[in-house]
Amino acid sequence: MSSISRDEVSRVAALARIDLTPDQVDRFAADLDVIVDAIAQVSEVATSDVPATSHPLPLTNVMRADEPVAPLTQEQALSGAPAQEDGRFLVPQILGEE
Amino acid sequence: MDLTRLSAAALSEKLTAGEVTSVEVTQAHLDRIDAVEGAVHAFLHVSDDVALATAADVDARRAAGQSLHPLAGVPIAVKDVVVTEGMPTTAGSKILEGWVPPYDATLVERLKAAGLPILGKTNMDEFAMGSSTEHSAYGNTHNPWDLERIPGGSGGGSAAAVAAFEAPLAIGTDTGGSIRQPGAVTGTVGVKPTYGSVSRYGLIAMASSLDQAGPVTRTVLDSALLHELIGGHDARDSTSIDEPLPALVDAARQGALGDLTGVRVGVVTELSGDGYQAGVSARFAESLELLEKAGATLVEVSCPNFRYALGAYYLIMPSEASSNLAKFDGMRFGLRVEPTDGPVTAERVMSATRGAGFGDEVKRRIILGTYALSAGYYDAYYGSAQKVRTLIQRDFDAAFTQADVLVSPTAPTTAFKLGEKLDDPLAMYLNDIATIPANLAGVPGISVPNGLSDDGLPVGFQILAPAKADDRLYRVGAALEAALENVWGAPLLAQAPELEIAR
Repeated sequence: MSSISRDEVSRVAALARIDLTPDQVDRFAADLDVIVDAIAQVSEVATSDVPATSHPLPLTNVMRADEPVAPLTQEQALSGAPAQEDGRFLVPQILGEE
Repeated sequence: MDLTRLSAAALSEKLTAGEVTSVEVTQAHLDRIDAVEGAVHAFLHVSDDVALATAADVDARRAAGQSLHPLAGVPIAVKDVVVTEGMPTTAGSKILEGWVPPYDATLVERLKAAGLPILGKTNMDEFAMGSSTEHSAYGNTHNPWDLERIPGGSGGGSAAAVAAFEAPLAIGTDTGGSIRQPGAVTGTVGVKPTYGSVSRYGLIAMASSLDQAGPVTRTVLDSALLHELIGGHDARDSTSIDEPLPALVDAARQGALGDLTGVRVGVVTELSGDGYQAGVSARFAESLELLEKAGATLVEVSCPNFRYALGAYYLIMPSEASSNLAKFDGMRFGLRVEPTDGPVTAERVMSATRGAGFGDEVKRRIILGTYALSAGYYDAYYGSAQKVRTLIQRDFDAAFTQADVLVSPTAPTTAFKLGEKLDDPLAMYLNDIATIPANLAGVPGISVPNGLSDDGLPVGFQILAPAKADDRLYRVGAALEAALENVWGAPLLAQAPELEIAR
């Protein structure tokens, strides 16, 4: 069922926004091929009559009381920021154009 | 008297009786940390001043006659995946190096409110991904039983700190076995509570539907005391169980009396045999005999879908992790790395930051998770894994109609050598074969030290109970612990080698 190529690893790493070196791409392609082979057996028993479980204990519509609580201060929220200006997060340009 | 050798329960008695002060107890542990950390490296950060300030405050309040929590003044170590206000929190990753959280996790708030001095933050596999703590970005933790060997993972630092008498109590987190497997290989007790028993608010999430925080201690009673303190409903975690905890400490005290008459103990067929080290299997068989002598009835139960648990886990966990770790984007906290050539756009900064800040195992799992969730593969992988999760829950439901608790060895082998499995991810993943089913189903589990294997290294005995019946873990665990210590004449850790004192 599986066969993870170098190209596939590069494509998925780009989706996940992780820069990889060519050497890492080689190693991860080899590792992931073995791992995916080992775990693909789940499809053997996952027949259409079995419902999916996303959560260990059933829960619906969890609400807390609608009471205001103090949020972080602006200073606290910015305390770990790599860069800030005028009380805001300072980020690189979002779009690639000039 | 060496205060570091006492259990938390014993320290609590001495503190309450006024025989020792919290400052004395805390200083004794800080001295021990100073003496053995060079060899063990269980901590990423030691918070001497904060711990001693808390201790002095508790002593003053006690002297003033205030009513205090039973664990007030008993120091504790916290795994570095739990956020602590004003104290560095890295989750073992370079991407969070130097980050100081602006808030406390709920469980940390509860520790502080009860007056437990926090000794520091413990080492772990990066973002809790691993079974040996070798994936930490800050160096290996060494098993106090043999410094050449792994302390288990991901919570190897918490387990090693407790085993090396650097702390009487520690906090761990368990997504696939990260509390129980380190407990097994270091001869300590570790509990993964029922999913939702302890708030996840303030845990740096790996896999939200599997993660659960819990106690790491040297005795079953100490785990119960700590679980009752950190557990219970929290409105800030929507998956937190909105009902009172069972009486855990009472269950541990009852179990310690040694009578298990009427308790049905189910031995899981699928969690034994091939792949389990001979010494591990032998200790398991002996522990079963002790439980039977205590009055328990043994039954064999089959959970046929457990053989698919590892596969389902390694699809669900990376999928959830790939989503949870998307927040490490270099924008609001943590590392930011700018690309050295080309335009400095947000997207390229994100990729460069994550490329530089994440270690190999984290990258491997994010890529695996992204792959499993991507178009064309979702149904075959993630969808199938969620169905397997249903089948495993059904296996547990059926087994718990025949037995009150289920048991198995905690880990298939004793601690392996540092480096031995580092280049073979699949071999590493197999360490968690017996612990993963509980996370997939949300049921609670405990690992209790039950002897040494042929290689002289500790072995763990796992007990699993139905969801919300965590009290059964403590009753059966304490009964086994009492029976074993009756045979040994002392706790297992009394047989651990003395560590070189470096001063």
